[in-house]
Amino acid sequence: MRNGQEIIELKKKAVKIRKQVLCMLQQAGSGHTGGSLSMVEILLSVYYGRINLDPARSVCPDRDWFVLSKGHGCPALYAVLADLGFFPEEELMTLRKMGSRLQGHPQRGLPGLEISSGSLGQGLSISVGIAIGNRMEKRCSRVYCLMGDGETNEGQVWEAAMTASHYKLRDLCAIIDYNKLQIDGFVCEVKDPGEIKKKWESFGWHVEEADGHDITDLDRAFDRALEVKDRPQIIIAHTVKGKGVSFIENKAEWHGIAPKKEELEKALEELTAIEKKIS
Amino acid sequence: MEAAKVKKESTRDGFGKALLELGAENKDVVALSADLTESVRIHWFKEKYPDRFVSHGVAEQDMMSAAAGLALTGKIPFACTFGAFASGRAWDQVRVSVAYMNLNVNIAGTHGGISVGEDGATHQAIEEIALMRIIPNMTVVVPADATEAFLATKQAVDIPGPVYLRLGRAAAHFLEGSDDFKIGKASIKRKGKDLTIVACGHLVYTALQAAQHLEKKGISAEIINLHTPKPIDRETLVSAAAKTGAVLTVEEHTVCGGIGSAVAEVLVQECPVPMKIMGIDDKFGISGSPEQLYAHFCLTEECIAEQAEILVKRKK
Repeated sequence: MRNGQEIIELKKKAVKIRKQVLCMLQQAGSGHTGGSLSMVEILLSVYYGRINLDPARSVCPDRDWFVLSKGHGCPALYAVLADLGFFPEEELMTLRKMGSRLQGHPQRGLPGLEISSGSLGQGLSISVGIAIGNRMEKRCSRVYCLMGDGETNEGQVWEAAMTASHYKLRDLCAIIDYNKLQIDGFVCEVKDPGEIKKKWESFGWHVEEADGHDITDLDRAFDRALEVKDRPQIIIAHTVKGKGVSFIENKAEWHGIAPKKEELEKALEELTAIEKKIS
Repeated sequence: MEAAKVKKESTRDGFGKALLELGAENKDVVALSADLTESVRIHWFKEKYPDRFVSHGVAEQDMMSAAAGLALTGKIPFACTFGAFASGRAWDQVRVSVAYMNLNVNIAGTHGGISVGEDGATHQAIEEIALMRIIPNMTVVVPADATEAFLATKQAVDIPGPVYLRLGRAAAHFLEGSDDFKIGKASIKRKGKDLTIVACGHLVYTALQAAQHLEKKGISAEIINLHTPKPIDRETLVSAAAKTGAVLTVEEHTVCGGIGSAVAEVLVQECPVPMKIMGIDDKFGISGSPEQLYAHFCLTEECIAEQAEILVKRKK
């Protein structure tokens, strides 16, 4: 359990990551703004103090794994990995540029990043494979897999959900960044997912719901998931697409575009104002 | 011709026996199934190594990506299903989860070609060579007999990147010289001077039979078993083309993108000679016995001999 000061530090970290993400995207001139901003606190709850994974242990066989299945959200992951020291922060501004290790969608090989992704729906199956492989080796490794809500339109997600529960993969913890929007609009209008919690429960998963922008609430959900010993777990993290910037929040059109220079300046101002209010 | 012993065995059997042996040799080898365990001949492995067998049910996409996950943890997975599903249903998973990360995932696609027979078009994989060879990092192997399938399976484990094995359901004649099989090295099954016939899979035997017909007509055919469409053995193909001056390719596969295309891609740039590509002429398969289907699609020894004769005339 984090103390008050640690929570304040992570709230400030969230602002820093969001600012970096926006700067990177503006510099790149393209990329996925909304979904990168919605997943920041999820990454922070996992990567800071929870996951057994750091630059010094990146090849340890018993390390934990993080699979970014919603690969388009990679700017946020890149910023977190740089903050943790997996690679220099200066490299962040090479996002999407020729010769950069920071590809438009994640490519294995960047320090700290072990799974290529971008074609939606595959990460949960990859995570299932990792969890089964680790179990065969009797490793105490946990696998975290972050998916988008629109991503669960993909049938493969449900194939993997069934395999994970069939094999009672207790070391697998999935997270849905449930920001309620996808490219074409509201998730419930594009293809209504119905009662998500009941769906996952009926697929044999333990389900937790959390405020995806509240570190304490996310921590609580992850801690409870950790106690489950007989089945895979999923955290439905309720988030806001474009979180932190008023004119980006809850706008489907911001799924796949980058801010222009003046938009970036306005966004940074808003984030600075948020930072000042952190206490 | 001294080829063929009478004994026959399917290439899927050769694969299954090798996998069973690999189970003892390498504790990291695991088998993944999509509800076709016996059909793809991994039931022997499952029986002996149940803890290294993963059942995905009828979910080929999930199986393929999970194979990538297993490989990431150091396992050497064999993802096994019918070729039509391994290459078609799960193509994007092969492309992104497996090949983009260049993982040691081995894919066994059985029931390749029209020799599947009665099951018909949906189950006859006639596009996999094309679908798999266009993916970067991928090795594609089409064993011609059970011995080659056995050796290909053993060798696939030592190739760091992904390997696709195209295997057959029907029993295949054992061929002379299969013990020398090496992935990537095309084997010359018969020496000749008037034309080169490049074949793969079951049709290598058929091509050897055709060579006997041609010999009676005074045409000397060289037969190459192109068991590895990718990486392709350019050297063997170019030197054969330069020597005989004409190349006929034969495959149980659509003429679009298979070994005919692969050979043409090499020869048109390095040693252009008259060519004829025999295969399924941009059509779907149909139900029938393997023999009936070979006849229907003009992939018999007589058809091959006939096309060879026409091709040789084009040399002038």
